[in-house]
Order: sequence, then C-alpha cells, then structure tokens
Amino acid sequence: MTTRVRRSTRDATPDAHLFPTRPYDLVKEFVVALVVMGILTVLLAAVFSSPDRKAVSLRAWARAAPADVVATATAELAGTSTSATYGAPYNKAGPGQDLGPLHLQRWGGVRIPIDSARDLVLAPLHTVSGDAALTAALTTYQGASPAQEAKWANAYADALAAVPDGNPAKVKAGSYGPVPVLAGRFLNLASSGGLEGVLTTSDTFYGSNETKPLLLLTDGSYLEAQARVDHLGGDQWGMMNETGNYPGQPWMWLYTFWYQVKPFSTSGNADALVWGLMAVLTLLFILVPYIPGLRALPRHLGVHRLIWRNTTAKRAAK
Amino acid sequence: MSSAERPSSSWTVRLRTRLARTVPPGQLLPDRQPAYVRSWIYVFGVASLAAFIYVIASGLVLTLKGATWWHTSATGHFVNSTHLWSVELFFFCMVIHLWGKFFMAAWRGNRGLTWVTGAIAFLASIGTAFTGYLSQTNFDSQWTAGQAKDGLNAVGVGAVFNVLNTGQMLLWHVMLLPLVVGVLIMLHVILVRRHGVVPPFDAEPPSAGDAAREDSLEEHSQPTAPPSTDAASTGAPQPVGPGR
Repeated sequence: MTTRVRRSTRDATPDAHLFPTRPYDLVKEFVVALVVMGILTVLLAAVFSSPDRKAVSLRAWARAAPADVVATATAELAGTSTSATYGAPYNKAGPGQDLGPLHLQRWGGVRIPIDSARDLVLAPLHTVSGDAALTAALTTYQGASPAQEAKWANAYADALAAVPDGNPAKVKAGSYGPVPVLAGRFLNLASSGGLEGVLTTSDTFYGSNETKPLLLLTDGSYLEAQARVDHLGGDQWGMMNETGNYPGQPWMWLYTFWYQVKPFSTSGNADALVWGLMAVLTLLFILVPYIPGLRALPRHLGVHRLIWRNTTAKRAAK
Repeated sequence: MSSAERPSSSWTVRLRTRLARTVPPGQLLPDRQPAYVRSWIYVFGVASLAAFIYVIASGLVLTLKGATWWHTSATGHFVNSTHLWSVELFFFCMVIHLWGKFFMAAWRGNRGLTWVTGAIAFLASIGTAFTGYLSQTNFDSQWTAGQAKDGLNAVGVGAVFNVLNTGQMLLWHVMLLPLVVGVLIMLHVILVRRHGVVPPFDAEPPSAGDAAREDSLEEHSQPTAPPSTDAASTGAPQPVGPGR
C-alpha cells in the first residue's frame, strides 16, 4: 500500500497503528470514569457543599458603613473617586494603563460612558420627591460652576477625612455648599434600599446590568475591607480564591502569581503588563508543538520514562 | 477516468467520504490500543470528559429555575455544589492530562493540532469557569467582577466583555463558552481517534520478521494493523480490522 507521509523530516515518530496492540475497552473505561466522577462529585458536594456569601446590597453597605457611603458620594461629586478618574471605557478623566508604547486602554475608547457625579449620585437623588431641602441643594449645586462644585466637594471630602471614622456628624462647619445635604440624602436613599433599582433600571424596565452599582460599590472601601477578611485582596492571591475554605480557581495561579511579585506588584500599569505577559505565555503554551527547543524539552526531562516504563525497560534490555 | 473513479456530485456522498477519511470507522471506537498504552496517565483524558458531562448536567439543572434559585433552595444549593465540585474535578483531571501529554510530547507524529485544540479547550474552560464565578450573584461575583474589570479594561476589551454586566456574563457562561468548549473537546477527541496514541520516544514498530520472532515490546501483542491515518488522507480505501 502506498502511503503519503506528511510529517516533518525531523519528526520520525512512527504511525501508532503500526505497533502491536492489546485489547482495550474504551466504552467500559468511559462508563467506569463516569461512575467514579459521579460518585466523587456527589460525595464532595454532600461533604463540603459550596460557598455562598450573600452579595453586599447598597442598603447593607449604608447600614454597615454609613460614613463610607457619605465619603464615596462626596468623592464622586469631587471627581476624585476611582471611577471618576478611571479613563476608558467609562470616561476620559484618566490616561489608562499602557503596555509599553501600546495605549490599549485608551485605544479601546469610551464605550460605557459614565459621569460618576451625575450618573452615580445626582441622577439617583433627582428621583427622590417630596424633599424640599434636597431639591434646593440640587438646584444650588447644579447652578454653580464646575469649579465651585469641585471646591465644595473637595472641602467636604477633606473635612470628612479629618474627623475620626469619617463621621459626618463630627465635621466642623465650613464652606461645603450643598454637598453635606446631597451626601446625607444619598445615604438615606441607599439605606432605604432604593438605590440599586435607580442605578440599574433608570433607563430600562429590566435590570440585568450592574455596571453602575458595582462601580459605586467598588469606589467605596467597605467592599474591599470585607474581601480582605476573606483573603480575596489583590495581594492575597485574591483572583483565584473564593470566600471560605474552598479551592476557588487554582487554575488561575499563574495569572494571579504575577500580581504578587515585582515589578508588577508595584507598577501603575500592573494589569496591562500582566495581561501582556500572559498573552505571550498563552501563545507559547498553545504553540508548544511548533517551537524548536521547547517542543524537545519533554524528551530531556525524562518524565516519560515513568509513563512508558515497560516499553523503555524492554527496549533497554534488547 | 472512469465514472466509478470520478468524485460523486452528491454532497451527502462527499460528506460521508470526507468523514470516513478523517476517522475511518475502525478508528472511531477501536477495541484495541497499541501495547504501549499501559499507564494510569491515560485515564485522565476520559476522566476529564466524564467530569465535563457532570459539569454540563448540573449546569442544565441550575438553569431550570433561574440564576438566583440556588440561594434560596436547599436543593438548588446542593445542585450548585455538584456543579462546583464537578468543575474542580474537571480541571484537576484536565491539568494532569495536560501535563501527562506534555511530558510525552504528545504532539509528535503530526499531532500538533491535537495539542492546540486541547490547549484552547483548556483556556476556554478557564473563561467558562470565570464567567461562572461572575454569574453566582453573590459576594464572590461582586468582588471578582470589580477586580477583573481592571485587567480587561487595561487591554481595551472591558467594554466588549463587560464583567460588571451580569446578564452578559450569565449568557456567556451558560451558552456561548460551553458551546465553544464542547466543540473544541469534540474536535480534540476526533483528532485523538484519527492519529491514535503517540508512541514512546524512539519506539520503532516491529518489522514483519520481528513480529514473528518475538512478542515485540509487550505481551498480548497482535499482528500490526495497516497504517491508517496518513494513508487515510490519501483517500485510498482503508482496510478496517482489529487493532485500528
């Protein structure tokens, strides 16, 4: 029979079908694997269950850490919160991260436009009715120049930072304009449980996009404090962990690893650098068979002798 | 060229011929394997497949009553637990399978695409598991989304793949990514069946004389089957017998 061999001349691996064979019941093997995996799955589920720490609602946040909500609302108004200074894809307030000469974040563009002061604080406050003081505060605030708005909000943010626990009740009198009223009413709205709905369904009946409430929540410090207790911080291998003593996503160890070491752990471009590095490593992983040197590594490592023990021994005996 | 040798104009015949050339019938479900296939490491490929079936099955049950059912129902929570642990087992088996194939340099003998499909299936599985964490609608989802957005935004894809959009992540998790993983696994298995299991380093198939003289490398050896994979690609009729 004429056969057409299309392999590389350097790869002289013979056709597997030319070798002697022995009986092998693939279907039986699969069924046994199915039974074993089924038993293991049910056993592990019954014994260890699964973690389900309740999501932090904006109401729970307001009740557990009211000062954090007030400080976050003030930072949104001052334009100093994380989301307000983020850059793409939310706004142009920040340069975004760079990967060397590649400004990938900026090039991605503002595709989910969010004005943190307007969308996360002022718009929700506008939905509150029957509060004359709030209406007056909104009118005053939005009637002022952007510079004046920022001056009031920054002054109040500084005053909050200067008192113990950021307690608004302990803030000394100052030139804060209507900001204390706005931040206080924002806390009330969050405490009432109405803020999620306003942030997720303000422009649609169905709320399945949590971009705004999650940006607001992550602008505060409460969520991170809770996460760190559960060893989920970025410097605690957080991306591969989950709440409780569960394995989480150990397959993401390499991605998480880079965030723990320099220069990534101290770089302002850590995310871009880690993603760039992982993209290269991922390509190497996929293309191992075609990379000279790397593809020959397993032969030199010798681990294959543990797998093909009999075959290797018999060949040596010959 | 006689009419018997001319390619058929029937699309059905062409497809059937193409399928038969890709994986000849005897190779799809062979009842024999090369004698060197004798290690526990070979079990982890099929174990990954078995675990994947439980991942899909438990996931399908979770879809029956919606994304938040498992927070309020003991049954739902148990099903979620089986989903979690089948995923952990799936990755455990897949990682061992992957390392085993690496140490065997299982891409040798024109099997590069088999490695590539397996590697991409592994990466797609990571993406699927990741969107699963984002779809849990609990604290883990909130925190993971908040952290992950920075990485995705940093490389300019955060608006296309918005981890803060739970609806989008849920659909990717229950439909798009499982479909990708499923198709890749299917292609991977087809390629494994087409090329057979990679022989040991420097192994030589016995010549006819060798086969008669000795019992080759392993006991229980059988007469060598005719080469199939590469021969099949020529379109030549393939004998199908034991040992395929």
